Amino acid sequence: MHIPDGFIDAPTSVATGLVAAAGVAVALRKAGQELDEKTAPMAGLVAAFIFAVQMLNFPVGAGTSGHLLGGALAAVLVGPWTATLCMSVVLITQSLLFADGGITALGSNITLMGIVTVAVGYAVFRIVIRWAPSSARSVSVAAFLAALVSVPVAATAFVGLYEIGGTADIPLSSLLAAMVGWHVLIGIGEAIITGLTVSSVLAVRPDLVYGARGMLTKDALQLRPSLSSQTRS
Amino acid sequence: MKAKVSTKAFAVIAIVVCLALAGVVSYYAANTPDGLTRVASDHGLDDKQKNHATDDSPLAGYNAKGVADKRLSGGLAGVAGVVVVLAVVSGLTYVVRRRRRDDMPQD
Repeated sequence: MHIPDGFIDAPTSVATGLVAAAGVAVALRKAGQELDEKTAPMAGLVAAFIFAVQMLNFPVGAGTSGHLLGGALAAVLVGPWTATLCMSVVLITQSLLFADGGITALGSNITLMGIVTVAVGYAVFRIVIRWAPSSARSVSVAAFLAALVSVPVAATAFVGLYEIGGTADIPLSSLLAAMVGWHVLIGIGEAIITGLTVSSVLAVRPDLVYGARGMLTKDALQLRPSLSSQTRS
Repeated sequence: MKAKVSTKAFAVIAIVVCLALAGVVSYYAANTPDGLTRVASDHGLDDKQKNHATDDSPLAGYNAKGVADKRLSGGLAGVAGVVVVLAVVSGLTYVVRRRRRDDMPQD
């Protein structure tokens, strides 16, 4: 969902630039609270993984593809503030080095893919986890759902942004239908990739998954078995 | 009791996976336009699209300029990206944690 240069007018681009800068500034302060000595390496690994997987477009329909955005995945693995940092670095690298995403559109891209997806993804994750039994499966399913929702919401946010500062005059309803339509499909791909990735990490090092904190047994090798039902998934 | 995978082993495996995905698997990725690009061309959003300021970058478009073989060109670009992102975020993490340690000595 990388916005090229020229789509969003200058004043709106400046505004999103300020939002992005503020978001990153706060994330820089708060990320230190999410990462400890043991989990610190995860930040770089998550960012590198998201960069790599963003290169792997998958088909979602006639002549159209999608790719992982990664905000929800990052939020579950390293926490929302660190996730915003990871996403921002990925997006800035993509724009500057690979001409993927406009430079003037960086504010918009970071706002949508680095802040909205992370915030929405993390919120959905926490809501689902609150009501789910404490288990590895719950963490994976919650991550799946977080990712599933985060993508169409980000697409909707794009439409909102475009209505405010888009350079062409496009009817809102048709733009919304088109964006949400494609991005519901892309969200399914995002959810599958997110769920699989989180399950994989949980299977070998659950203690490195930020979203699984508070669910670990004392020796931190396994997730605490669910009290009411069968344990290991 | 299941032996724990060390963080170092985990990191090495993760990095290898990232390099393989970006360096090799990316060649096989779908090359149709993504959702936004598709909507943009269907609905005329791209009428005002401007050329990218860094189109002259040696890695623009995820292809290493000057490398004729498409597979190698794309693979090198992917690997470069993984290395840059890993280095920058790791560096940032170090700075963020160091600053926090300095602010709160008993952390």
